Amino acid sequence: MSARSTVAAVLDPELPVVTIEELGILRDVAERDGRVTVTITPTYSGCPAMDAIRADITAALHADGYGDVQVDTTLTEPWTTDWITPAGLEKLAAAGIAPPSSTRTRLTLTVRCPRCGSPETEELSRFGATACKALWRCRACREPFERVKAI
Amino acid sequence: MTSPMTSPDIALELGDDALIAAQRLAEWCSRAPEMEEDIALANIALDQLGAARLLLTYAGEFQNRTEDDLAFLREDREFRNALLVELDNGDFAVTIGKLLFLAVYQRLRYERLAAGEDERLAEIGAKARKESLYHAEHAALWTVRLGDGTEESHRRMQSAVDALWPYTHELFEGEAASLRDAWVAEITEVLRKATLSRPADGWAPSGGRRGVHTEALSKLLAEMQVLHRAHPGATW
Repeated sequence: MSARSTVAAVLDPELPVVTIEELGILRDVAERDGRVTVTITPTYSGCPAMDAIRADITAALHADGYGDVQVDTTLTEPWTTDWITPAGLEKLAAAGIAPPSSTRTRLTLTVRCPRCGSPETEELSRFGATACKALWRCRACREPFERVKAI
Repeated sequence: MTSPMTSPDIALELGDDALIAAQRLAEWCSRAPEMEEDIALANIALDQLGAARLLLTYAGEFQNRTEDDLAFLREDREFRNALLVELDNGDFAVTIGKLLFLAVYQRLRYERLAAGEDERLAEIGAKARKESLYHAEHAALWTVRLGDGTEESHRRMQSAVDALWPYTHELFEGEAASLRDAWVAEITEVLRKATLSRPADGWAPSGGRRGVHTEALSKLLAEMQVLHRAHPGATW
């Protein structure tokens, strides 16, 4: 496997249904003189998962035979939810996590319940169990669900 | 007018604002009025800590110190945060008032950094301003809910705004003076929606930016720094 495909397959530790590539936080993988340099960006500036992600990337590369690994962090361009790939959005929805609306529009679109599909939903809290999620509830099936915050 | 602030000065004062605000907000962890708000305040504290780490890491590079050196090994006189963020949490209305005033201010400062010439500060500003906007929206929702709520919640929210207003003047000393009009306009609109009155300008305590702090900061630092000072270099 190329170093790129090894790194791209690493799962996000807090949203383990999507890879770091699908989440849009993997910015670059470069190989030079036997060293693999990976560049990632945080979703939120205080994201506590960054250390775990760095460790996971390093472990995955070591397992595939890349011994010399460096993981850098960049803030440019800053991550927004628009960086999540279409495949990533689908996987999040399939796991019961409602995708964010696009940050390119100020319109608040209907949030559909990821379990029953009803548009009759309400926000319980603008914050959730991780920095990138909010807490919602479906008024039709009564189930609570998480949604990726749009920033 | 004093001379323009340098990048390390800006990184230090904004980094200290974010660090001390993070520590204060974290004090609500497990004590907030409801579970959702407990999680919200802890999340905001985490965002503040993230911005603080980026800013203090940068500030530290100019004096060959790490972010931990700056957070854990400075005395109160070396901190440059505004007095507003170090004040005790008070009741929930005071905490929300502090957050509203701070988050709108931080967003304005970060936006200016994002458009500025220093590349490091620009990328930190571009990252943090979106988080500050989210914090300000959250604080505004609560300000309106409390202000336009019951007689008791209105009384407490107005009392919080009145008690905190004097401390907001210090935010606009020096570098940030030209941002005050925009800040006042935004805050006034939130207060109007919340059926609260904007306090008159008057007493304007200051000193935080020069390292002259209230007793509240010393106590906060004692708690925040004790582990690191008792066990220098300890890691998880």
